[in-house]
Amino acid sequence: MKFLNNPDFNFVRWRWHAIVLSLVVILAGFGVIMTRGLQKGVDFEGGTIVILKFDQQPDLAKIRNALAASTVGGDAVVQRYGPAENRDVLIRVRRTGQESGGELSREVDAIVGALRAGSAGSFKMPPEGTEIVGPVVGEQLRRQGLLATVLALSGILLYIAFRFQLSFAVGAIAATLHDLLVCLAFLAFFRYDLTLNVIAGLLTITGYSVNDTIVIFDRVRENLRSQRRDPLSTIVNTAVNQTLSRTIITAGTTLLSVVALYFFGGEVLEGFAFTMLVGIISGTYSTVFIAAAIAIMLQGRKPVKGQMVTAAAPEATRKPGRRRAS
Amino acid sequence: MKNIRWKVFTIVGVFAVFFALGVYPILATRYGLPAPAWLKARQLDLGLDLQGGVHLVLRVHTDEALKTSTTTTAEQLREAARVAGITVSALSVPSPTTFRIEGVPQDRQAEFERLADDNASASYNRTSGPGGSYDFAMRPNIAVQMKQQALTQARETIDRRVNELGVSEPNISEYGDTGDQLMVELPGVSEVARAKEIIRSTAQLQLKIVESGPMSSQEALLQPHNGKLPDDMEVLQGSGQEPGFYLLRRTAGITGQDLRTAQATLDENGRPAVGFSLTRDGSAKFGKLTGDNIGRSLAIVLDNRVQSAPRIDGRINDNGRIYGSFTQEQVRDLVLVLNSGALPASMSYLEERVIGPTLGADSIKSGVLASLAGLALVVVFMLVYYKLSGINAIVAMVANLVILIGLMAYFGFIMTLPGIAGFILTMGMGVDSNVLIFERIKEELAAGSGARAAVAKSFERVFLTLLDTHVTSLIAAAFLFMFGTGPIRGFATTLFIGLLTNLFTSIFVSRTIFEAVLLRQPTAKASLSI
Repeated sequence: MKFLNNPDFNFVRWRWHAIVLSLVVILAGFGVIMTRGLQKGVDFEGGTIVILKFDQQPDLAKIRNALAASTVGGDAVVQRYGPAENRDVLIRVRRTGQESGGELSREVDAIVGALRAGSAGSFKMPPEGTEIVGPVVGEQLRRQGLLATVLALSGILLYIAFRFQLSFAVGAIAATLHDLLVCLAFLAFFRYDLTLNVIAGLLTITGYSVNDTIVIFDRVRENLRSQRRDPLSTIVNTAVNQTLSRTIITAGTTLLSVVALYFFGGEVLEGFAFTMLVGIISGTYSTVFIAAAIAIMLQGRKPVKGQMVTAAAPEATRKPGRRRAS
Repeated sequence: MKNIRWKVFTIVGVFAVFFALGVYPILATRYGLPAPAWLKARQLDLGLDLQGGVHLVLRVHTDEALKTSTTTTAEQLREAARVAGITVSALSVPSPTTFRIEGVPQDRQAEFERLADDNASASYNRTSGPGGSYDFAMRPNIAVQMKQQALTQARETIDRRVNELGVSEPNISEYGDTGDQLMVELPGVSEVARAKEIIRSTAQLQLKIVESGPMSSQEALLQPHNGKLPDDMEVLQGSGQEPGFYLLRRTAGITGQDLRTAQATLDENGRPAVGFSLTRDGSAKFGKLTGDNIGRSLAIVLDNRVQSAPRIDGRINDNGRIYGSFTQEQVRDLVLVLNSGALPASMSYLEERVIGPTLGADSIKSGVLASLAGLALVVVFMLVYYKLSGINAIVAMVANLVILIGLMAYFGFIMTLPGIAGFILTMGMGVDSNVLIFERIKEELAAGSGARAAVAKSFERVFLTLLDTHVTSLIAAAFLFMFGTGPIRGFATTLFIGLLTNLFTSIFVSRTIFEAVLLRQPTAKASLSI
């Protein structure tokens, strides 16, 4: 069985259209983030989450009214948690009790008290779950998340620069950044909270996207020997076509697993699965259209001597094929 | 032929070992199969998000430990001066690491400096000012050392308390980047409020002689002293039903450090109380203290609150009783914290996450369901698209998961919900590796290679690609592990180990199966179902 028989699409020709399309999506994402802001979860902003199991099917409007009438206030987020038959409700406020003294969990008591006072339905005590993150830890998690992303990206950049060429490394990182930005844009469009799990998803996408790009670059490196006389754009286009069925199948099977995760993985992993879903689609797209296009543009400025483009790059001085014994 | 047999033998052996280490104990527990105890003890640990529990981050106020030390040193120096007949006019502790002594008489300054050398110079730098004033500042390296010491001591104390509470497999470790945070993870704890209170209670026990009191206000207490608090005295409030004010001697006769054990007991009226006995040194001090002060009251101070102030009727040596208005529960917890020792400084909570057992069970259910659904979808696809060769990929994938679970169980890594996501992702990477290889084989076959040559060439070519893709993902996973916390670390661990095992299964296992299949066919006509 084969999806594609010797595909020969001219992907490189579409690179400008692709770059414009990506810029539109990313800028739209920026626009939404600028105007509405990226919703940060309690992990990064600090705040209190209470998950309560109600004895009857909960009435969210009543719960909101009860909270609005109390000191908790009307800005609390109230939403269902998990499948309806669990009768779980998640309530989130952006505040915590004071960090000094033992009062951090005071907001939980305030929420429980408000629901009792407003007779918003009876629920099980203690709560099914609580999450209280004070501002100090929130700030710390934010810093660490950013640090992990930046370091991971630089590590990958160095590795690719070492294994391939700098222009390819830049292409791969551009494609990866593209995927991260597209993911952030979609997270903003669909109003997902930025949580630790979403950060894990973003970092996984980093790995996945680079992965995808490397497979093509690897093929380019291999083709550089057999297609000596062709211009770089042709070599790249051939490589993209040669690996196309692999790219599609891998994206497809990974998507299958991630879709399963999205639908069956439960509430906690939904944000993670959504990030992965967007990231895999974006990653496949950027692999085919963005990564190679940028590598070609960067190389293109250097004197072109047939395929001898590489003569200007470190690759040639390292005698191509040295690492490819076969 | 021999070579292949050896390879198959290795694969089956590795598979069997890791199956026994990882998967079998889970099945044995679930279905009541026989398994040796050491194997069950090594079972894959579940994180808090899956089994329920409490995750806490605390800040230890290490400055308090510095302040205590500075105050003690200052008092000791003044006492040494007093013994030598030098009276100073004032002593102050303006910050946790500095103290100031003023009014050392001109003619005694050389002698005072010698005393200061003996008592304070090891840890404090000294500068002298006009009018016989001296400033002492703690050396920076000593301050760093003492903060670390306070943190370590707090960790050890919490560890003892948590063990007393009977929590199995708690995790208490230093946390964050400010050098004063501790993370406490208690799996399966249900009495959260009580656990939190026990962990945080400083439990500083002090026995101090009462000068006067209790009185209803601070002013009344200080009236005989012209409204001014004498240097060597302090005012503390009573707790619970006796909220009066007491004027106490500042120096404690006995502290928690002199305590040998504490146990629950009853007072004369049959109400709950805490009995304690003292160490040998403590007994000697206690005997002298009570002997010298017969007729006065002795305040029992816990965390700067006077619990009770019984009259000293005679000399007491090695044991006593703390009573006040305690409930049975309070006595039980007080005994626990006294026996585990005092905290060097007070603490406050920075983060609290409580995961109820039902939420955890729900997460396990959805995680397993998602994994199985993902696995089933991928298996169907591989069989349809790659026909019999799909079996190769499936065997490699299952072997990968079994080895992964076995390794995680063996090394005691913890399975979290994001860890399950890591599992699913590892499956994805495994399939990707196989797809890369299979597509390459197809290409080679289309280019006219024989089946055997196609397999050999493809594996050699693809190896480099796999190496590059795996190393980059390993870099990402490593950074996630270094900077991640709790659940995220679970994800990074699973991904990291999964990537390593995947290199083994997708290259070695899958290739061996191909070779074994081809070996049964004559070289010239060998073919593959792909």
